[in-house]
Amino acid sequence: MKKTLTLVLSGQAGQGLMTLESLLAEAIRKQYYLFTSPEFMSRVRGGNNSVELVIASEPVDAWRKGIDVLFVVGPESFERMESRLNENSLVISESKYIPEKERSKLNFIEFKLSELAKEAGSQLYGNTVAFGYIAALLGLDKKVCHKAIRSRFSKLKEDIVEKNISAFDLGHEKCRDIQLPVEIEKVKDKPAGKVMNGSTAVSLGALAGGVNYVSSYPMSPSTGVLMYLASKGKQFDVLVEQAEDEIAALNMVIGAWYAGARGLATTSGGGFALMCEALSLSGITETPCVIHLAQRPGPATGLPTRTEQGDINLALYGGHGEFPRIILAPGHIKDAAILSQKAFWLADKYQVPVIILTDQYILDSMSETEPFEFDESALESFVIETKEDYLRYDLSNGPISPRGIPGYGKGFVKADSDEHTEEGLITEDFDVRIAMNDKRLGKLSLILEDYQDAELLGNDDYERLFVGFGTTYGVLKEFVEEGDGRDAFLYIRQPYPLPESLKAYFNKAREVIVVENNATGQMASLLKSELGVGIDHQILKYNGEPFSIEEIEKESGRLS
Amino acid sequence: MNNFEFNREIDIAWCPGCGNFGIRKALIKALQDLGIEPEKTVLTSGIGQAAKMPQYIDSHFFNGLHGRGLPLAVSIKSVNPELTVIAEGGDGDMYGEGGNHFIHNIRRNPDITHLVHNNMIYGLTKGQGSPTSIQGLKTTVQVDGVINEPFNPLAVALSLGATFVARSFSGDMEHLTETIKAAIMHKGYALVDIFQPCVSFNKVNNFQWYRNNTYKLGEDHDKADLSAAISLSLKTDEYPLGILYQVDDKPSFEERTPVYTDDKTPVIHRKREIALVNSII
Repeated sequence: MKKTLTLVLSGQAGQGLMTLESLLAEAIRKQYYLFTSPEFMSRVRGGNNSVELVIASEPVDAWRKGIDVLFVVGPESFERMESRLNENSLVISESKYIPEKERSKLNFIEFKLSELAKEAGSQLYGNTVAFGYIAALLGLDKKVCHKAIRSRFSKLKEDIVEKNISAFDLGHEKCRDIQLPVEIEKVKDKPAGKVMNGSTAVSLGALAGGVNYVSSYPMSPSTGVLMYLASKGKQFDVLVEQAEDEIAALNMVIGAWYAGARGLATTSGGGFALMCEALSLSGITETPCVIHLAQRPGPATGLPTRTEQGDINLALYGGHGEFPRIILAPGHIKDAAILSQKAFWLADKYQVPVIILTDQYILDSMSETEPFEFDESALESFVIETKEDYLRYDLSNGPISPRGIPGYGKGFVKADSDEHTEEGLITEDFDVRIAMNDKRLGKLSLILEDYQDAELLGNDDYERLFVGFGTTYGVLKEFVEEGDGRDAFLYIRQPYPLPESLKAYFNKAREVIVVENNATGQMASLLKSELGVGIDHQILKYNGEPFSIEEIEKESGRLS
Repeated sequence: MNNFEFNREIDIAWCPGCGNFGIRKALIKALQDLGIEPEKTVLTSGIGQAAKMPQYIDSHFFNGLHGRGLPLAVSIKSVNPELTVIAEGGDGDMYGEGGNHFIHNIRRNPDITHLVHNNMIYGLTKGQGSPTSIQGLKTTVQVDGVINEPFNPLAVALSLGATFVARSFSGDMEHLTETIKAAIMHKGYALVDIFQPCVSFNKVNNFQWYRNNTYKLGEDHDKADLSAAISLSLKTDEYPLGILYQVDDKPSFEERTPVYTDDKTPVIHRKREIALVNSII
């Protein structure tokens, strides 16, 4: 496990924890690498929310369970975090939030936030007072911090901004001679990376993939993508409409693709469940669509604001009847962008539904990635100009019949949810049924020609192979890179369809361990059924939290 | 001119004597009279006997899922407003299964025409009660008679701010053709509820029943009078036929949606600049 300092800010919903986090993040990133991951309760006010800031001298994006510094700003916050402390952890708080009998057992440092905020002007200055204090604790550059305040509050009146600067200084002065449990070296001449959360990355990928139509119904944790694209709608010519329900959303997206747009529906498991009939519609009409499925723990409402990888089976088997589909599962910010971009090209090329499978953890976590740029390749259009004798479901050229759109050419584009003839008219001819079914399902092997390759990390000459898809990437990467060198991690970016070539990775391993953020090992089942490979062990977690690096280390140690 | 007609024999799956034949004739005539190009027309529909209409009209169509003709229509129109878009289906499809889309697309006011064949019964599934079935109608499921209040599409549309609300009858070709023409020409969402006998499954609301229980609105009806339209929509002793309400003062969904406020170019014709995306990373 990499050397990191884990700082957790914990308070009530609505207290402005996010403001404090963003101020800190901006200043920390100038001198360190930073990974942040929030967790929150499904409520607008009260309860307990927290955000974890992992500070390091090298890039890091694995969640930590252990807390080095706990900064408490509200009631109930300490109790929920207590089990994550160790004997070296610092706890900084007003006394009232820490039970008296606990204080002596802790490395407790009293910080009179309310009093100081009052001194600075009012409780409104609490965040900047706290910012000052933590900045001093971490030894952050004061000038950089002042700049962060000025840019964050640039829309406020000048005297208010200055009062915030003074509030920062007040907090800063109060922090004296505190030894941090872990010292992290500052990074000299740190290159400017790209900092974003998964929601932004998916949205940017969609823009780079040519999305120009979005219809969705808000549902955590998928709503970040809807909001981001809405905010960029005018600038990028994206028509964003909030649908009356998820059923409408996907049908609208399919209509938009039919008419020549590139549509996206962003949703979570419950919404996706409502979209399943339309998914099947995309399948039989061969109208492309892209769905962002942001997983959260179910069943039903489950844990609305938490994380899980429990919907692979839903993505894989959702929808009635048999039809091909593509599932992509980005594990880090850059892939969230790149694979989301690719999704639109794949959908257009193969005329199938493409599902981008993410989860709350990656969408809300913010990490720094190496600079990257999109290329234009995904904007390649597969739409043709139709001739008078155009047949939408032409069987003469293999599984992919060239796709026309209404208004472009002389032919008519007839799309039907019933089994149809080459022209697109309803038929009950059994031979046509077989031909159309074979044509649709025949796409699966073609899709594999554009398989989004899996990536092997760690030792090429491994004994143990850890297999993960999507957002277990961060912990598994760190685990194999920091471990004893006998392990490797196979990161699966496209869980479906799977190519036979992946088997070689499994055959080489003495032991195969599949790691999944769910209770039943859905990916392991898929690997077994699709590739016929053997799985020796599974590491599963399903309490609503992501895997921590400590858990992976402990579980893998138990297996050896 | 034979636009929208096939240049070959087609097999039509409706029962002999079905009101759908009259509606098909009127729709084709309306489109031809208005000189609308089939290459720029899209019909969307859901499932049901009425929803098969696009199959029998030679143009673009998307025959989607039960109840989902409207979501297809609104998105097709919004990404390419240069198309003429007509959503068509029956009372079960549009008012039952697709009820939520009916409500919310009236609120959106997309520039589409919505034709609903209303025969007060389910046909394709063989004779169950529909949202518009009259109380007491005995069916294969409502064996002792329908007990629920019939859905009133015209009153619902008016209450939600629809700017074109009409009712016609499949048995009156001229009235129906003219009503459909007015609906297509109307800017914004236009509803035409079309009374139609079901010769196979509704023995009560038959051709004669519609003749006896409807009347045509006269020239003196003020189409811009919302209160009058609402009163007319609530009449159940004798159902008025004609355009109950029409005003032209409301911008359509496509006009109001932010992406079109400064630029009328259909979004499908706009080019994405990858450099602009890279500039915001």
